[in-house]
Amino acid sequence: MRAAIRFVSELGITAGVVLLMFCAYLLWGTGSYTEEHQRVLQRQFEQEIQRSVHEHKGKRTLGAIKLGGAVALIRIPRLGADYKYAVVEGVDAEHLREGPGHYPGTAMPGEIGNFVVSGHRTTYLAPFNRIGELNRGDEIVVDTREARYTYRVTEKEVVLPTRLDVVAPVPGHPAERPTRALITLTTCNPKYSAAERLIVHGLLADREKRRA
Amino acid sequence: MYGSLWRRLPGGVPVRLFLFLALVGIAAGLLWYVVFPWLAPRVPIDQPW
Repeated sequence: MRAAIRFVSELGITAGVVLLMFCAYLLWGTGSYTEEHQRVLQRQFEQEIQRSVHEHKGKRTLGAIKLGGAVALIRIPRLGADYKYAVVEGVDAEHLREGPGHYPGTAMPGEIGNFVVSGHRTTYLAPFNRIGELNRGDEIVVDTREARYTYRVTEKEVVLPTRLDVVAPVPGHPAERPTRALITLTTCNPKYSAAERLIVHGLLADREKRRA
Repeated sequence: MYGSLWRRLPGGVPVRLFLFLALVGIAAGLLWYVVFPWLAPRVPIDQPW
């Protein structure tokens, strides 16, 4: 009897330690995966920017966008001078593990419509952990192969996951035709939960073409 | 469970301690580098969509 109780309690303690380790892994271990991929994606994308500046002067075409490929570099000065992520195309789990993901089918950076980017809040380097700290007027800088687009935050909201209209070309009005270039960042809310979504909207304020 | 493992290990206390910690380390490493990376994408937490 005694031996049985001891066995069960040791098993329970072991299971508890393993669960704690798994939580630690989710919070900190998953970051190394993202870090590795970000390093490669950012380097490749920066080289592509250099190339597009030198090679085609005048005729600049949007590089072929494929799922998992980098579409832009995003910087948010409010979250630190070194806050920089390569945005990948796609918002499936496999894409978001590599970095913030552009919601396919929504506008590309600088385009009229809504450039929607989703990112993890607490795991996989937690790129959008602190987007709740953004205030109206804060800059979101998006570099593509062709240009640098600067958006300014206009609005923050917390919605239920079912509110898909926040990613519509005109947020909140899915049927309307867009006339302005917007950016929308989405992530989980509250932290460590997926019960709600934290949404940050921004409006294109400046566009600067790359010059050789 | 850990008691019987301890008794089955050969050698004196220092050797047993070393072997015991090595086994724990191997188990932890397997969890961290093999089991957890496989499990993490299957746990539906922190999904922005």
